[in-house]
Amino acid sequence: MVRKHNRIVVGAHYGLRDWVVQRVTGVIVAAYTVFLLVVLALQPALDFITWRSVFTHTWMRVPTFLCLLAIYFHAWVGMRDILMDYIKPTTLRLCLMVTVVVALVAYTVWTVQILWSL
Amino acid sequence: MEKIRPKYLNLFAIRLPLPGWVSILHRVSGFALFLFLPLLLWLLDNSLHSRSSFMRFQEMLANPLMKLVLLGLLWAFLHHLFAGLRYIGMDLHWGVDLAKTRATSTAVLVVSLALTALLGAKLLW
Repeated sequence: MVRKHNRIVVGAHYGLRDWVVQRVTGVIVAAYTVFLLVVLALQPALDFITWRSVFTHTWMRVPTFLCLLAIYFHAWVGMRDILMDYIKPTTLRLCLMVTVVVALVAYTVWTVQILWSL
Repeated sequence: MEKIRPKYLNLFAIRLPLPGWVSILHRVSGFALFLFLPLLLWLLDNSLHSRSSFMRFQEMLANPLMKLVLLGLLWAFLHHLFAGLRYIGMDLHWGVDLAKTRATSTAVLVVSLALTALLGAKLLW
């Protein structure tokens, strides 16, 4: 059977997924910001012991990790847009994109280390 | 045949309308936030890791240059947040006519600056 190739070079809304990712991750960060502010406002004082103990709870750790993950995805889509707009030489653009991806993956590992070594 | 058309892109001669400012600042603030991610993670790490690292964190926050950078990043975050919410509103066809886009642009600029001053005063000084 011949497989039908649906991909068209232009105007096929291939950017739609990035568009959705950018909005979903943005809403996650906005929601987490409100959540964090409420949690911190409910603390009696913001000293080291309270600050640290807040982040030892699973109900805080998991949303914090998800928010930072959302930020990294969001940063990838945004940085990719910026690089596509301003960096014309293909080799340089590719190198910078790889740098961004490697940095974001490293930040993800770092985030896990920060949150789960408490 | 090559198209001959006026290419007048002297950025200093183009008067950017208010929604244009919100738009370019959304990009600039997002880029700044990306660049400073390692600093923010490093601060978070120090604030949580141990009592001595928390003291180091407090010392770093006492540095005037650090205060200035964090104030800038606070503004970048708030502007990016409110401008982003405005874009989601526009995606939902809310506030797309000229009068409303101007009004919401002003609101984004004013609210993010005001909150930066308010939160900055509370958290950094």
